[in-house]
Amino acid sequence: MVVRYILKVGGPDTIVCNSTGCLEVFSTPYPRTSWKVPWIHAAFENSAAVASGVDRALRAKGVRDKWNVVAIGGDGGSFDIGFGAISGMLERGHKVLYVCYDNEAYMNTGIQRSGATPKFASTTTTPAGKVIPGKQEFHKPLPFIVAAHGAYVATANVAFPHDFMAKVKKAFAFDGPSYIQVFSPCPTGWRHPTELTIEIAKLAFNTNIFPLFEIENGIFKLNRKPAKQLPVEEYLQRQGRFKHLKEEHFAEIQKHVDAEWQKLLKLDESGLKLF
Amino acid sequence: MVKKVTEASQAVAEAVKLCRPKVIPVYPITPQTHIPERISDFVDNGEFDCEMIYVESEHSAISAAIGSSASGVRTYTATASQGLALMHEILHVVSGMRLPIVMNVANRALSAPINIWNDHQDSMNARDTSWIQLYVESAQEALDTTIMAFRIAEDHDVLLPVMVCLDGFTLSHVYEPVDVPEQKTVDKYLPKFKPAFSLDGKTSTMGPIGYPGDFMGFKKQQHEAMLASLDVIKKANAEFKKVFKRSYGDGLIEPYRLDDAEHVFVGAGTICGTARTVIDKLRNEGHKVGMLKLKAFRPFPEDAIVKACKAAKSIIVFDRSVSFGFKGPIFAEFESAFYEASQKPLLHSFIAGLGGYDVTLDHIEDAFRSAMTADKPISRWLYKE
Repeated sequence: MVVRYILKVGGPDTIVCNSTGCLEVFSTPYPRTSWKVPWIHAAFENSAAVASGVDRALRAKGVRDKWNVVAIGGDGGSFDIGFGAISGMLERGHKVLYVCYDNEAYMNTGIQRSGATPKFASTTTTPAGKVIPGKQEFHKPLPFIVAAHGAYVATANVAFPHDFMAKVKKAFAFDGPSYIQVFSPCPTGWRHPTELTIEIAKLAFNTNIFPLFEIENGIFKLNRKPAKQLPVEEYLQRQGRFKHLKEEHFAEIQKHVDAEWQKLLKLDESGLKLF
Repeated sequence: MVKKVTEASQAVAEAVKLCRPKVIPVYPITPQTHIPERISDFVDNGEFDCEMIYVESEHSAISAAIGSSASGVRTYTATASQGLALMHEILHVVSGMRLPIVMNVANRALSAPINIWNDHQDSMNARDTSWIQLYVESAQEALDTTIMAFRIAEDHDVLLPVMVCLDGFTLSHVYEPVDVPEQKTVDKYLPKFKPAFSLDGKTSTMGPIGYPGDFMGFKKQQHEAMLASLDVIKKANAEFKKVFKRSYGDGLIEPYRLDDAEHVFVGAGTICGTARTVIDKLRNEGHKVGMLKLKAFRPFPEDAIVKACKAAKSIIVFDRSVSFGFKGPIFAEFESAFYEASQKPLLHSFIAGLGGYDVTLDHIEDAFRSAMTADKPISRWLYKE
């Protein structure tokens, strides 16, 4: 879904640099391929660096303006192992759109915790045990870290494709690096029925678990607010990875989400140039 | 031809400029730094039109090189030691994707203990990455071999990356008289880059997943390309001689007073310069001694080696690295090469010059004299405890 939306905007003149992950694995079983645009995969942690090389090679050939260059990685490849390469790509100002499809764990290797995994989520490396109830840390604020490099940054959600595509369009038009983090539920890893994917993605928005925003020219902007904010339980209770949660856990997550949301509201109102 | 006294790193930088790569992603590490510094001088002074990418790690240097080479432009980088080790994962990806990237390695020890001085542990550690490995002895050879490397890598019968290894400090920082060829001469030798495939050409999927049924086919092709490179390296060296009036043995090995030599020194890199002096001295005393300088370690030219050592009663291998728990890596290859050979010289192993430990004339002379009287194989580490 994520790829289809990117390519709907980018069209055939888009070069995709893919990190190792489920996307690369299921889309290119040699000698077949699902890709109708130029596509390259080298390793797990380096798609931002590969894209940097593509960017400069196209410039050296004098054909840079003809192409959109997109790097795509999962949250493990972006938040953790590929983080340094992304930072380097941003700092050097490559005209590359980096898309992180965020399903909040290492799904391709079997649901291990990543820096994007939310607090208390049960994964295979942070199982809900008798003593420790799942992951113990909140996730890394990657969009803000990226924005501090001066990039165009946006969050998106598979449940809001038009919003996502508008952001992809903006990113391609931006004269510099850009980053979009797309919230993409993984039914296998989150343990919910596949048909609930979009509903869960919508609930993440309506509970303010995953707010939709942009940071453009260093200024933060909330793109939309839920008509009525729902309690986090509505989102959490639909997923197997949170089924061990008790009242106290819901309360802690709610408190954290509310505090974050208040911060974002203030930022949104301030119009402050953050970076 | 005017020779200028030039630092070997500068000579390499001149070679790179003359080969006109379009993209150079690079990260600094001692003792490789003088190479990218001199290239940056060329670029920033408008003498060399090239996209430099000053990446945040060697891992990204070689990854960006993949993106660039896959986009159909000639691509170069340089590294050493820990940097080469950090690249290690991606070295395999480069050769697996058949990208003809050329890289200089300023050979240096690997930590721990941390040590910035010369040995060959870094490149020997990359032995099985399916990169062609060429070792050089002098600044001139470093320049010439870097030019040859592009031609070898880009040959469509090869399409494998090439590592040109020069000893850190003992060569990289040494000044020698060097003939820097003219651009038009290099252009005559090295044609414009014709990529076998390019990301922005016909729509392509590069770097797919290979299931068990296909994977071995890819690896076999890689192996065959490596073996095919034996002839391509020889041709590149022979053509080089035609154009530049210089060459290095057959491109794979370089003999020195070897024809009738009964005791043969084997080494790679600057150590061979030291050995030449010892060989001349012993020859003056009437001893039949000579040298086989190993220029190509991968592919390993075993047939050429066995043929060249036809008069050898003993072979003295100096390794500047060690395969822990076994032997010197060059020595082990020599044992393997002579296993099926009709002649059976005694093979002696010397582990020498690790982490910048001096390898002296005396070390090599003593090794020769020990070999001349030995009736069984010698195995020795050359250092004082």
